[in-house]
Amino acid sequence: MTDPLLAIDGLSARLRKPLLRPLLRSVSLDVKAGEVHGLVGESGAGKSTIGKAVLGILPRAIEICGGAIHFAGEDLLRLPHRRLDAILGDEIALIPQDPMTALNPSRRIGDQLTDGLRLKRGMRGAALHARAVELLADVQIPEPEAVLKRYPHEISGGMRQRILIAAAFSLDPKLILADEPTTALDVTVQKEVLRLIRRMQAAHGTGVVFVTHDLGVVAQICDRLTVLYGGMVVEQGETATILASPAHAYTRALLAATPRHDQAGSGTTPIPPAVTAALATEVACYGMGPAAHG
Amino acid sequence: MAEAPALIEAKDLALELPDMTARRGLGPRPLARILHPVSLTVRRGEIVGIVGESGSGKSSLGRTLLRLYRPTGGRLAFDGTDITHASEAELRPFRRRMQMVFQDPQSSLNPRHRIRTIVGAGLDLAPGAARGREDALVAALEEVGLEPALLDRFPHELSGGQRQRVGIARAIATRPEFVLADEIVSGLDVSTQAQVLTLLKTLARDRRLALAFISHDLSVIRNLCDRVVVMRAGRIVEEGACATLFAQPATPYTRQLLDAIPSPAPDPGWLTRGAVPPASTAIVR
Ligand SMILES: Nc1ncnc2c1ncn2[C@@H]1O[C@H](COP(=O)(O)OP(=O)(O)OP(=O)(O)O)[C@@H](O)[C@H]1O
Ligand SMILES: Nc1ncnc2c1ncn2[C@@H]1O[C@H](COP(=O)(O)OP(=O)(O)OP(=O)(O)O)[C@@H](O)[C@H]1O
Ligand SMILES: [Mg+2]
Ligand SMILES: [Mg+2]
Repeated sequence: MTDPLLAIDGLSARLRKPLLRPLLRSVSLDVKAGEVHGLVGESGAGKSTIGKAVLGILPRAIEICGGAIHFAGEDLLRLPHRRLDAILGDEIALIPQDPMTALNPSRRIGDQLTDGLRLKRGMRGAALHARAVELLADVQIPEPEAVLKRYPHEISGGMRQRILIAAAFSLDPKLILADEPTTALDVTVQKEVLRLIRRMQAAHGTGVVFVTHDLGVVAQICDRLTVLYGGMVVEQGETATILASPAHAYTRALLAATPRHDQAGSGTTPIPPAVTAALATEVACYGMGPAAHG
Repeated sequence: MAEAPALIEAKDLALELPDMTARRGLGPRPLARILHPVSLTVRRGEIVGIVGESGSGKSSLGRTLLRLYRPTGGRLAFDGTDITHASEAELRPFRRRMQMVFQDPQSSLNPRHRIRTIVGAGLDLAPGAARGREDALVAALEEVGLEPALLDRFPHELSGGQRQRVGIARAIATRPEFVLADEIVSGLDVSTQAQVLTLLKTLARDRRLALAFISHDLSVIRNLCDRVVVMRAGRIVEEGACATLFAQPATPYTRQLLDAIPSPAPDPGWLTRGAVPPASTAIVR
């Protein structure tokens, strides 16, 4: 087997003093090139925190207190700043959740789409323009020439999300972090966007970390899956295997809480307190050293 | 189920609004047609789902039912009274009886107010407001399954699901008969969502609340609502009892919406199956 592209190894993170509340507890996960890895769990489980740690954009309030993040063989947590800057936003890109706030309302689509190409590749003029048109065509945007001149509010939400996908793929990254990229979209547009991400990552051999709390989305787009609770990995493995026969009571409860359109009465069973109480004990016992009592 | 009395009755409602997308010239803005004649009934104790893609007119219909917009055609009645063209003064006695819960609890709850003040704002509208105010606050919180201790917190000190329940508590504190919920569970995780859905079901059953529930999530609608209307381009294209409509959708549009729902069982063909919707609408006029 090939080496993983991304190998998160025992990553722990916590809130800085005086609280020292643990947020990630020895999280390990691997993503191979060309693989989509799903990250699910309830709100506050730490999904975005993992993504931000990989991207090096954790807020000041959060510190990493253990573990390593290997990307293409290098430990991102121990790289000199200059090397890190060269990797982030270039070899690792982000598809953010909310297409409205992720785009600057007062800059034209074309300028925002080509930031990476200009800043990281030094492209200019006709070549830059041609590449921008090509990128929009890749994400199946009609009239790319016209769209480049528009402002974000002049295009629909689904189109804005396509722009962000095009921007994420513009530098041909090895790894993409998609943090709930379809949560703000309606079902038909969501399906288009999922199809697009799948097509683009397959064509480019990109590894993807896909954060979502929709197990339906996970089932259709993720090869492998990590279920998180309270910053701890509850279950990990092949998506099909986990969804067909979840090993952990928490994963089963998460599935039971998922509404299905072909099944009356589904989606109205919250995760039973007993399941989370058992997990809370497990979480509290997790080896966090001196921070565990925070 | 025996037919309960209709609380909201909309017949051939039409809505035109000043067109915000039109370039501003001299004179008034031209009118944009938002709702083509739409008819809808919501009975006491009934949950009616309003579903459709983004821009189909769900929120516009909801706001018209609450008479936040004045219809430009048709007839709207609340509990038998025609309120189609009622003035704001004439609407006042009805305002307390109909409430709205908003999509985004983060931005619809004032961040500088404690939960006590936020939920209390609803109570101040209710009859006999001053008497037993604290009791009423505690009762409102308990009804949505929140600890009374949360009354002294600020919105940012609550989880997303707790905030959404505060929004519901505020809306039901006036003991309304009709509540409009506009995308209130999108963005919640499934466990929190299940709590909110269970709460809404209980309110409809125990309080005989009439609920209009707007969502683009058909799986949620399927498991919450008694009836559903499917909207497209300002029209109702299909309506019926949830159980029948989802089992046998009559229009290709509803079929397409259902097919676009990813099911939590892997289906290798799903992603590539189905037509790519026409992408001729990149630019919003
Ligand atoms: N800047 C911050 N300061 C303090 N706590 C934070 C900060 N950012 C995140 N947290 C806490 O870290 C924990 C994990 O948050 P994270 O955003 O990773 O959750 P998530 O799984 O992405 O949830 P969601 O589904 O709601 O996006 C939460 O308890 C959250 O309150
Ligand atoms: N003042 C206005 N001027 C012009 N068009 C408007 C105006 N208000 C609403 N619209 C348009 O009317 C249509 C219906 O809008 P509405 O907000 O009711 O849709 P929706 O179904 O709630 O969509 P979403 O799921 O995105 O919330 C949209 O195409 C919208 O752009
Ligand atoms: Mg998050
Ligand atoms: Mg709306």
